[in-house]
Amino acid sequence: MTITKFKENLVITGELTLMFRDFLVASVTKPFYWGRLFEQIIHLGIGSLSITVVIGFVTGLLMTLQFGYGLATFGGTLYVPGIVSVSLLRELAPIFTSLLIAGRIGSGISAEIGAMNVTQQVDAIRALGTSPMRVLVVPRMLAAIISLPLLATLSAFMGIIGGIIIAYLEFNMPMGFYVNKVLAFLHFSDVFGSMLKCSFFAVIISLLACYKGFKTTEGTKGVGEATTWVVVRASITILISDFFLSKILLLLFA
Amino acid sequence: METILEVKNLAKSFDEKEVHRDVSFSLARGETLGLLGHSGTGKSVLLRSLIGLEHIDRGQIIYRNRRIDDLTETELFPVRTKISYSFQSGALFDSVSVFENIAYPLFEHTKLSEAEVARKVRELLRIVNLEDAEDLMPSDLSGGMQKRVGLARSMALDPDILLYDEPTAGLDPMNIEKVVDLINRCRERGFSGILVTHDIPVARRVCDRLVIINEGQVHFDGSVAEFNSSDDDFVKTFLLNERAV
Repeated sequence: MTITKFKENLVITGELTLMFRDFLVASVTKPFYWGRLFEQIIHLGIGSLSITVVIGFVTGLLMTLQFGYGLATFGGTLYVPGIVSVSLLRELAPIFTSLLIAGRIGSGISAEIGAMNVTQQVDAIRALGTSPMRVLVVPRMLAAIISLPLLATLSAFMGIIGGIIIAYLEFNMPMGFYVNKVLAFLHFSDVFGSMLKCSFFAVIISLLACYKGFKTTEGTKGVGEATTWVVVRASITILISDFFLSKILLLLFA
Repeated sequence: METILEVKNLAKSFDEKEVHRDVSFSLARGETLGLLGHSGTGKSVLLRSLIGLEHIDRGQIIYRNRRIDDLTETELFPVRTKISYSFQSGALFDSVSVFENIAYPLFEHTKLSEAEVARKVRELLRIVNLEDAEDLMPSDLSGGMQKRVGLARSMALDPDILLYDEPTAGLDPMNIEKVVDLINRCRERGFSGILVTHDIPVARRVCDRLVIINEGQVHFDGSVAEFNSSDDDFVKTFLLNERAV
């Protein structure tokens, strides 16, 4: 990495930090746009429901199938419900859902704000005596922070349902047994840790998306570049930070 | 006449490029001032600087005897309800209707009921001759109509000063007439205004005074009559060039 690139990234990190500070201040002070928040929750959260359900369900099916046959060799099929549910809740559901949201919502937010920026609509918000931070950023970030943990939990739940079905069909494992094993393996800390992680990922996705939206220049070309930048940066940051967050959560709850 | 806005020794650069070196002028209450200059002389940047959309490097901007160039973004919000900006493109919010665009500042800054807001929006639409457009989306409007809706939105809070950024640029003669008529009606309603334009005939028709920016400073500041009869070589050349355009 060249020195120029390093400096550029340092500036971006600084600006993101300041933006996050402004977001925190704007989130707890008036005026607050409840209507816009609900609008964004519906758009970001409800709009992502179907794909989240499908991904969670299919992941559960596949994991149960693979672990089932893999562990059968060692007589370990009984451990499938525990392994699958813990993996889903702690790692796979938060990561898959966050990466999905980074692609679907992160790019959407940056394109929307970016287009508003290049057509001077962001300037118009300022010129009309209002704050783009409050009008555009706070509702989108809060909607992401509220929606993503719920979506990931739903995804994990659907994965467990998928696991129950495939375990019954492929390995003749009674559904009640599977559910009991899942309940025995999972703890509240797993759910809590998963939601905490997802909240952190939601901040990363929405903060990067809003930041890049405001920085968008050069018309439609700039909007396209902004969306790519957000998806790439958010995905990498999510994957790297997931390792450290998992380590911290294991230290706290294991 | 009472001075409502004053710009003193304003300087502004973008990186290495100096846009304004030393710009000074003032605006009297009820007056409409035309800001002229060749392309790239920073007329729109100057207009944006007046309400803090661009930060200036040096100088002062004084509105009603109060410096506003050193205010924070939040402190500028109330100022921006009094000095209103009409964007060249209209800059309408494209995800909401014409009605909601004009109602936006009213819902944000007044305690009017929904019925009162609706009445006010319809009155503004009548002023800009777009009574039937309230349910349309910005994408359904022509460029001229978008500019007029933008003007209606900027008038919504009854500001002291209206800043017009190239209000007639890219319009056909018929739409230019409509915008000129609209600006003149704003003058009659007592709004002060600053108009950035390349269109000298339009500036002559709607402005009381003209300021020409050249090489980062004010080259000419005088009435339309003084502008027309100026012996200054630059003003003469400027007029000739603009006519050629």
